[in-house]
Amino acid sequence: MIVLNRLSKIFGKTRSLDDVSITLHRGDAIALMGANGAGKTTLVRLILGYYHPSSGTVRIEGRDPIKERMNILDQVSFVPQLPPPIKLSLKELMTYICKSSGVDEARIVHYANEMKLDIAPNLHKSFFKLSGGMKQKLLIAISLAKESRIMIYDEPTANLDPKARDDFYRLLRENEQDKLALFVTHRIEEVASLVNRKIYMDLGKVVSDEIC
Amino acid sequence: MNHLLLIAYLDLKESIRANWFIIYSLVFGGLIALFFIAGITESQVMGFSGLSRLLLMYIQVTIVILPIFILITTVRSISGDRDSHILEYMLSFPISLQQYYWGKVFGRFITVFLPVFMAMIVAVVYGIFQGAEVPWGVLFLYTGLLFSMSSAFLGIAFFISSLVKSSEMALGIAFFVWIVLLAFIDIALIGLMLQNRMSEGLIIAIALLNPMEVFRVAAISLFDPELTVIGPVAFYILDLFSQGIFVLLSILYPIIIGIVFAWAGYRIFSRNDLV
Ligand SMILES: Nc1ncnc2c1ncn2[C@@H]1O[C@H](COP(=O)(O)OP(=O)(O)OP(=O)(O)O)[C@@H](O)[C@H]1O
Ligand SMILES: [Mg+2]
Repeated sequence: MIVLNRLSKIFGKTRSLDDVSITLHRGDAIALMGANGAGKTTLVRLILGYYHPSSGTVRIEGRDPIKERMNILDQVSFVPQLPPPIKLSLKELMTYICKSSGVDEARIVHYANEMKLDIAPNLHKSFFKLSGGMKQKLLIAISLAKESRIMIYDEPTANLDPKARDDFYRLLRENEQDKLALFVTHRIEEVASLVNRKIYMDLGKVVSDEIC
Repeated sequence: MNHLLLIAYLDLKESIRANWFIIYSLVFGGLIALFFIAGITESQVMGFSGLSRLLLMYIQVTIVILPIFILITTVRSISGDRDSHILEYMLSFPISLQQYYWGKVFGRFITVFLPVFMAMIVAVVYGIFQGAEVPWGVLFLYTGLLFSMSSAFLGIAFFISSLVKSSEMALGIAFFVWIVLLAFIDIALIGLMLQNRMSEGLIIAIALLNPMEVFRVAAISLFDPELTVIGPVAFYILDLFSQGIFVLLSILYPIIIGIVFAWAGYRIFSRNDLV
């Protein structure tokens, strides 16, 4: 369960998040929507403990994600808005993830296969040399292999071809039971069948929150 | 602890593949090669001969260029990863900030220290084959100096890297720090001394705050001051301290600077917004 209480984040003069209070439950699959600059990524980063709130609190299972980042992140899978230009090879990146999070490398390879990404020929290539879609596929595979109770996807399908999108949604459907899934998206029709709750944001505020 | 080593290991592997590392190793290796080609070990100028002379020249060039190399390549370590959103992804895994940061520091230390150290060792080994005598005292001192020089500037670089939000800014500051430290060795201080407005003690104290000046003086501290062409500040310092104490100070003080700055960088890194 994620509880945001009167949460605000201010950068200089920009109020990126403005007094947001919401509670996300286990079993919820949420589509988080809103115009560019509405504050969606800011919200996600607060949940992940990257930002210190300007005011208000974030609690995940009652815990502060900054003070207890190890405990919290152990239960979180996250795919960022843009795949970063990581210079490690795929092998090294997977080593990092497996050692830090106790993930089984075979599971990453399994989900990558499900996403039609063949890891073996690219194993010693730098991550940033993969194509945009391949990067996203790998990050998605990692997020699924990690078996977290909380899954956060910040627009992960931007670079995926239609076939890959279908694979992604199929895998999510198979994996979302009993989890909390948060999808930041601009294409509600894509996730409509996956989600049971839609939250709209604008100018740093939650403007609507519907159960469906 | 094992995550710290993991981060260090991955950073090391990443660095070794990077272009800057290749250039960095070539510069120091090339320097040694150049000295041999120029026949420095054979010439007898100003009382030095053989390997001592080569090592002295090597350390003197290194004192000027090593800091800027370390600063430029390291200052983007944290800030660059932040800029490019690498940090955002890598830190979404349960790894403690402490282990992440110090792992990076440790990995970088090995990357910057090993090439300059190995170049020196290669020089000594090659010198032995040419029949030169190994100046052990000088070799040990310079190993210590290279170690403490690397620590000091690595610490400063990591501090800048976590202080500044963008990597371009970090680069600018790094360059500025280098220029200031460089300009404050002898030249500026001689000026002050000539003007006679400040006491010698004060000038020397200021000089000694600057790790680059400490290295410069330490580099010649094992040689007979009569024979060396040293700046006036260096002369006073060597006159003032006993050799043993100064050598110890010249190695310990920069290491402490490095640790203090790296630690301050960690505080900033762990207490502020991460991305
Ligand atoms: N680190 C930062 N420093 C300054 N301003 C920021 C920072 N991060 C976000 N902002 C500002 O906060 C506002 C919200 O940004 P955010 O990235 O959360 O939007 P978003 O809803 O994710 O948009 P998009 O759909 O384009 O991804 C924007 O006006 C942005 O400029
Ligand atoms: Mg966003």
